[in-house]
Amino acid sequence: MAEEYAIRMVNITKAFGTKVIANNKVHLDLKKGEILSLLGENGSGKTTLMNMLSGIYFPDSGQIFVDGQEVTIASPHDAFELGIGMVHQHFKLVDVLTAAENIELGLPGKAVVDRKAIAAKIKEICDRYGFIVDPAKKVYDMSVSEKQTLEIVKTLYRGANVLILDEPTAVLTPQETERLFTVMRNMKADGKSIIIITHKLHEVLEISDRVAVLRKGEYIGDMLTADADAQKLTDMMVGRAVALNIERAEPKDLVERLRIRHLTVKDADGITRLDDINLDVNGGEILGIAGISGCGQKELLEAIAGLQPTEEGSSILYFPEGQEEGEELIGQNPRTISDMGVKLAFVPEDRLGMGLVGSMDLTDNMMLKRYREGRGIFADRKPPHKLAEDVVAALEVVTPSIETPVRRLSGGNVQKVLVGREIAMSPAVLMSAYAVRGLDINTSYTIYRLLNEQKKKGVAVIYVGEDLDVLLELCDRIAVLCGGRLNDIVDGRTATKEEVGYLMTYLKSPEEKEGQA
Amino acid sequence: MKFLSLLQSAIVYGTIILYGAMGEILTQKSGNLNLGVPGLMSLGAVGGFIVSRAYEILYCGSNGLTPNALLCILTALLGALLFSGLGGLLYSFLTISLRANQNVTGLTLTIFGCALANFYGSALLQKHGGVGSLSLAVTSNAFRAVIPGLETVTVFYALGWLVYISIALAIFMQWFLNRTRVGLNLRAVGESPATADAAGINVTKYKYVATCVGACISGLGGLYYFVDYVKAAWTSDGTLEALGWLAVALVIFATWKPARAIWASYLFGALSWLYFYIGGLNRSSQEIFKMLPYLVTIAVLVFVSLRRSKESQPPASLGLSYFREER
Repeated sequence: MAEEYAIRMVNITKAFGTKVIANNKVHLDLKKGEILSLLGENGSGKTTLMNMLSGIYFPDSGQIFVDGQEVTIASPHDAFELGIGMVHQHFKLVDVLTAAENIELGLPGKAVVDRKAIAAKIKEICDRYGFIVDPAKKVYDMSVSEKQTLEIVKTLYRGANVLILDEPTAVLTPQETERLFTVMRNMKADGKSIIIITHKLHEVLEISDRVAVLRKGEYIGDMLTADADAQKLTDMMVGRAVALNIERAEPKDLVERLRIRHLTVKDADGITRLDDINLDVNGGEILGIAGISGCGQKELLEAIAGLQPTEEGSSILYFPEGQEEGEELIGQNPRTISDMGVKLAFVPEDRLGMGLVGSMDLTDNMMLKRYREGRGIFADRKPPHKLAEDVVAALEVVTPSIETPVRRLSGGNVQKVLVGREIAMSPAVLMSAYAVRGLDINTSYTIYRLLNEQKKKGVAVIYVGEDLDVLLELCDRIAVLCGGRLNDIVDGRTATKEEVGYLMTYLKSPEEKEGQA
Repeated sequence: MKFLSLLQSAIVYGTIILYGAMGEILTQKSGNLNLGVPGLMSLGAVGGFIVSRAYEILYCGSNGLTPNALLCILTALLGALLFSGLGGLLYSFLTISLRANQNVTGLTLTIFGCALANFYGSALLQKHGGVGSLSLAVTSNAFRAVIPGLETVTVFYALGWLVYISIALAIFMQWFLNRTRVGLNLRAVGESPATADAAGINVTKYKYVATCVGACISGLGGLYYFVDYVKAAWTSDGTLEALGWLAVALVIFATWKPARAIWASYLFGALSWLYFYIGGLNRSSQEIFKMLPYLVTIAVLVFVSLRRSKESQPPASLGLSYFREER
């Protein structure tokens, strides 16, 4: 009997360091000639699992079977020998080479590259599945969609029978997505097996035959797409609500602090990262921002902080204490925003990269934001030293001394130093992104308490989070981003986990929004 | 006549720089920024000196034999390639296997190579009785042999065969990098090691080989300087180190294209000697003219950066270490 499964992964475990278990005893089966969707939230271990199939990572334990044979995949080379090709979210293409050169890269063959023969073979593949690729075009001249096509053609050229696509539609327009799906159906008809990683439920339902769900590194289960619907999948993906008992005071004396209108941001590649965002931020409440990672959270915070160029027509008005007129923040740089008297305390996602300097001690890190306060050319180290001592005492930072470089502190303590410093600037708006990422439960509660204290003081707190349980218990309102758009704003007290999970993955059409309003 | 004389100096001087630059282009194409070029060239010079001296003076001289020209060439080449190749291997081990900072490692290699060359060179000179007392006449003449028929032709009569090898090598490298499979893979390694790795290319091997072969080519520049330019009479006046830095500058000037490095190196050579052909300069105003190659390099850097042409940029991962499981 012919082997039914193209790929079987059994009991796969992979940990990074001692703390993070990315995959815990995960199973995954891929039948021949099927399209399987791999679904899960951020950090659920989907990409890690697929990277072990494509030879980027090596599993700590577990078995992989290809065509019924147990195999060891130690490198990307092994993977393509076995006919497994992966298209990564960040394209693995060399910009200065042509399409044909990228396709031929690393393959054995004659010493001198025969461009005509390669071009002919590329054309054959393109004609068969309906791709369009210009072999002589340099990658730096290509659009995102062209690059993705090139990646897929590259894996097919190398004889892949199993294709793994890591969030292929994240960078595509709806028309391009439709074209990709057509090609995927053609490949399936040709007997290829495909795994597609995605967050978007309607795409799962449209393209796949079967869905497998991961949650926090664990395998939850799989079902035939025919039996699935958006609600069932959301439930599997987000799991049951967990009670955290985070203290949440009723918001009072709400005052408008920020009025964001038509905020649109495009990145260097011209991809729209934020699309016409309209949002009000009030002092005295915590506004949660929910969304799959990379849906514009970073861009939103950075636009407010003056770190992100915005498109024409975007507006962010700031209303200082006791002032009717708003001040426009767009077009100001971070320094002028601060000089205007606008206090934005920013706790970036990347603590050590953007927030603190790892090799400097606590006092120096405190000084980073106040070095301009001293008189003359000499910086006054006494106030920051005092501040560092206060932060250490108030937030119970565990550190050998104030003179210790922050790099040597644990993640939680680094985070406390950062939050402590930002709060000490008595901000009017406090923005935090993934403030509790990688922190233990006690430290997380300390951070929640700090944010709540700021809220009671009338500060407008923006909390970008990834854990829905926390968002639902901490925040007064939750703005849900989906693919760079503001899908909806829900009340943190009444919304359910399923509702928010659904909004994160299923973009409402304008008609649905109209109907609601 | 003045012009032809300048052209001749430019080609001879430029060839030293060309070798250094070609080696560095190959190295940089693999993503390694090796600032040890002056050191590698010094190592090539002193290696050629030590091994060919061992043959011409110690072996033949003391046994009363007539040195064989071919063996002189081979021993000098062996010494130069061995010494500079080991320098490259040391650099590769530190930066690729141990992931040490490339700039620091390269600068250290320069200091080490130049100092080692000066130390051995001076020690050998002293042994023979001081400056000017030791010259490998047979070796030098073997390298300075002119192509038959060109002995009396202007300019060409002064060009040893290593000059032609350098031109051929540059053209070969240009073809190799752009047309061959290995060249293609090498460029991918320098541009995006993660991509190359995913394509099944052994990144570590490519980096090692390119860096060591590159070091050997740079070392040949040092050898050419020693056997041809100073006629195998050792001097430790720092000229070679200065030429090494010019070679690094030339890589940028030639925008990482070996074929362009040919005429660019002669231009550098001409600019370096221009002061000699302009009348009425004193010692201090000469120095201003000696800065010209560097000024031109700065101008090219500004121009290339302004134009933002994708074809004239350094390899994208230049100066970075590669580690597969880094997230």
